[in-house]
Amino acid sequence: MSDTRSRFEVVVVGAGPAGLAAAAAAAECGRRTLVLDATPWLGGQIWRGREAKGGPGSAKRWLARLQAAGAAVARQTTVVASPGPGVLLAESPEGPREIEWEKLILTIGARELFLPFPGWTLPGVVGIGGLQVLVKGGWPLAGKRIVIAGSGPLLFAAAAEYRAAGADVVLIAEQADLARLVRFGLSLPRLAPGKILQAAQYQAALLGVPYRTGCWAVSAQGADRLEGVTLRSARRTWTERCDVLATGFGFLPNLELPRLLGCRTENGAAVVDDRQESSQAGIFIAGEPTGIGGEGRALVEGLIAGFAAAGRPERAGRLWRKRRRALAFSRAMDRAFALRDEVRDLASPETPICRCEDVPRRDLEKYGGWRAAKLHTRCGMGPCQGRICGGAVEKLFGWDAASNRPPVFPVSIGTLREPDPRPSGASD
Amino acid sequence: MSGWDVAVVGAGIVGAACASECARAGLSVIVFDRGPVGGGATAAAMGHVVVMDDSEAQFALTSFSRRLWRDLAPELPADVHFEACGTLWPAADEEEMAEARRKAEFLRGRGLRAEILDEDGIREAEPNLRPGLRGGLLVPDDSVLYPPSAALFLLGRAPRNKIVLRTGADVRALDPDGGVVLGDGSRISAGLTVNAAGCWSPDLTAGLPVRKRKGHLVVTHRYPGHIRHQIVELGYLKSAHSVSSDSVAFNVQPRSNGQMLIGSSRQYGAERPDVEFGILRRMLERAALYLPSLERLTALRSWAGFRPATPDKLPFIGPSADNQKIWLATGHEGLGITTSLATGRLLADMILNRPEEIPSAPYSPARSLPEDKAHD
Amino acid sequence: MTEIVSLTINGRPIRVPSGTVVAVALALAGESRFRRSVGGHPRGPLCGMGVCFECSVTIDGRPHCRSCQTLCADGMEVRTDE
Ligand SMILES: Cc1cc2nc3c(=O)[nH]c(=O)nc-3n(C[C@H](O)[C@H](O)[C@H](O)COP(=O)(O)OP(=O)(O)OC[C@H]3O[C@@H](n4cnc5c(N)ncnc54)[C@H](O)[C@@H]3O)c2cc1C
Ligand SMILES: Cc1cc2nc3c(=O)[nH]c(=O)nc-3n(C[C@H](O)[C@H](O)[C@H](O)COP(=O)(O)OP(=O)(O)OC[C@H]3O[C@@H](n4cnc5c(N)ncnc54)[C@H](O)[C@@H]3O)c2cc1C
Ligand code: FES
Repeated sequence: MSDTRSRFEVVVVGAGPAGLAAAAAAAECGRRTLVLDATPWLGGQIWRGREAKGGPGSAKRWLARLQAAGAAVARQTTVVASPGPGVLLAESPEGPREIEWEKLILTIGARELFLPFPGWTLPGVVGIGGLQVLVKGGWPLAGKRIVIAGSGPLLFAAAAEYRAAGADVVLIAEQADLARLVRFGLSLPRLAPGKILQAAQYQAALLGVPYRTGCWAVSAQGADRLEGVTLRSARRTWTERCDVLATGFGFLPNLELPRLLGCRTENGAAVVDDRQESSQAGIFIAGEPTGIGGEGRALVEGLIAGFAAAGRPERAGRLWRKRRRALAFSRAMDRAFALRDEVRDLASPETPICRCEDVPRRDLEKYGGWRAAKLHTRCGMGPCQGRICGGAVEKLFGWDAASNRPPVFPVSIGTLREPDPRPSGASD
Repeated sequence: MSGWDVAVVGAGIVGAACASECARAGLSVIVFDRGPVGGGATAAAMGHVVVMDDSEAQFALTSFSRRLWRDLAPELPADVHFEACGTLWPAADEEEMAEARRKAEFLRGRGLRAEILDEDGIREAEPNLRPGLRGGLLVPDDSVLYPPSAALFLLGRAPRNKIVLRTGADVRALDPDGGVVLGDGSRISAGLTVNAAGCWSPDLTAGLPVRKRKGHLVVTHRYPGHIRHQIVELGYLKSAHSVSSDSVAFNVQPRSNGQMLIGSSRQYGAERPDVEFGILRRMLERAALYLPSLERLTALRSWAGFRPATPDKLPFIGPSADNQKIWLATGHEGLGITTSLATGRLLADMILNRPEEIPSAPYSPARSLPEDKAHD
Repeated sequence: MTEIVSLTINGRPIRVPSGTVVAVALALAGESRFRRSVGGHPRGPLCGMGVCFECSVTIDGRPHCRSCQTLCADGMEVRTDE
């Protein structure tokens, strides 16, 4: 795509499961549809890199459906701002693009929630999902000793994937208590028969890897890189030697873009109606930004949003039952993996909370809220713009770290500036 | 509580400077702000401490205040990021060169340092500026700082037993007999009250001709050494200070951490705090004209703030015209970071009947003002 | 039949399959410290998805590039420890 300005009936931002489903649905209804993604891949965090290889059955099916439906696709295209009503500004390797939309669907996914502990900034301490994504892209793990410590159903999937890449998974530490998980397990079959099977498969693949509940990492050690991790459970505290510590405590919806566009959020998620429409007419939101719910929920919400945006509410309505089941499943997950107080509060006074600006906990505690702390310590003012420390201070101090200033991602000044009518590269 | 000597409304840089000076002079002071310290215009500002010469009165206040900042510099903690980087005023053509020379003479005539650069000189001073500039003016004693931390430092500099800071305290009204009425209805009495509520000061002092003048800024990622001085276009004098229409001017600042702040824009009548793309783009367009290398650098964020503007571009410092218990320290427009220290000093001089270091009359709230043309 | 691209990492050549991101190439080359934080501490990738900026490196002279989001290209010059 070389045109710098284009117009579509439906524009879908984010090509994960929710975005692919939304774009396919809208395009199947005959709407001129564009789906774009910041990465060079389609499929979001879960299916990424699987495009060429065929990937899991569902990824292949959805990509085929998208293609058959005839939606336009733009890769490496990051939406950074909205220069006016009904227009998005995006950055791509070819330069800035302005994209006009009649209906907009935001399927921009989530990021991992990281809770700071001493040593969490050492190279070798990686996100659980982050490492999965890297491994899908060829990150070498053969022979590496890995401890997985965090929370959520992703821990199993991750362990299986790391092992498949040749890693020696030493331990999976789940902070939630067994009792909660058992209750969760019991509620599973009724809600989603497929899931329990999936879980069992992972378990099998993991044969021999200890899975400890009520257990978490309290600190990581190493000089220039990770050498070991100290873990704690109700009964003991001990240290494991390892090369990699994969950590993460579930996911946080990406809300910067919805907020910039004026969409209402509540309790850390975008507010949508039955048709996935946000508080801003014409803007639909599906998948993780409406609440963490995994692939199943993302797909069904994406379809509903796609049909609704295409003006086919009756087709959307047929999917409501399915969505209800998916929502019940996410609520059960939330309860099962609720954070214990200890893991919110592991940072020592010296532990950096803001990794971009190296702001330790000690410096933040003096302030009564996010804005004051941010103004006076520069916490959250670095390139990640609070995407990492924002979640941490929310859990640590109960601060609301919401932000809605453009650009939503760092972007070259040339892109922000008035698109140049001259051919690019003419100056300089 | 038997009451305070002084109640200051607003913990922006101006309120902080006033409170600090009063408390250091021995008065008991209470400071109110509905937000955090330095969360208003002070948080949106660039923090350029600059001598300006639109008028003798503006020169007097800015040069006095710049001297106070320089005197304070050794005491400023690291997080204030004070740096005496100087201001470079590039001249694009002969006309601007003439303006640069005029300005240089003006400053030198009053004992300040100023240096004229020729074509090679400016290239050497700022290699990333576009080629072909005619020359420029270097004012080496101007500086930059990080305003919110400066405000916090000023409050912390006052003796602890003389000052109380209440953030998160919304002042609903000023008590005509001294003191304030808070949002919850409670009253706090004081000998006199200082309205330092920036562009919100008219909410508390009805009829005060202070208006919001919106400005946008963009901050970049870290590029240490990319520029070395605050660089401001000379056209700034002509364009940005025009009272009526929206305008943009090239104005970039190097931060000590390598980031750059890019400005600036001026708008009247814009009430919403959101970033407006039209003006943001014009501003960046202007910046790229002078500093083409900006194009490829990364912007992290943009924001907008409001300058508290007066009809004659001079602040109000002193007792209000109709009530000697209500004082004003507001209307500093685009120079409040610079002029905060002088404002605090002058205000304390007046309250305590100390000799004034510069005449305060030009800033008197009782002065006669030109008609505010931009009002309609 | 994957294509191969050649790039250099801190001056040392490396060949990787096309479609590989720079972060992975760095790991294959044995680098663990991608950048130094503003306080001078070593850092490496955290999120893997382009939001944390901990994997930033200098690519072809351009600082602050997220290596986890950038595909390797022939002749690319990558520098860590920016
Ligand atoms: C790092 C990570 C790894 C994960 N790994 C797994 C896994 O291995 N297995 C599993 O079951 N689940 C995994 N998940 C969870 C999984 O992503 C969700 O369950 C589900 O697939 C979410 O689908 P989605 O479409 O809502 O969002 P996503 O799949 O996250 O898709 C969102 C897409 O939006 C794009 N995007 C975001 N902002 C912009 C913008 N401004 N401009 C352009 N594009 C943008 C992103 O690049 C992304 O491709 C992972 C999640 C994360 C965060
Ligand atoms: C984009 C931009 C760039 C600028 N760059 C520079 C520069 O480089 N150099 C320079 O010298 N100046 C600059 N300025 C100007 C400078 O920011 C202002 O002149 C200065 O900050 C004014 O300070 P203040 O304390 O009067 O106002 P503010 O900082 O706005 O403080 C007023 C305070 O009063 C509080 N308040 C208001 N009403 C109430 C109430 N009813 N109850 C309780 N609290 C209340 C507010 O919360 C606020 O904290 C810039 C301004 C802008 C917008
Ligand atoms: S690892 Fe987080 S941005 Fe690359």
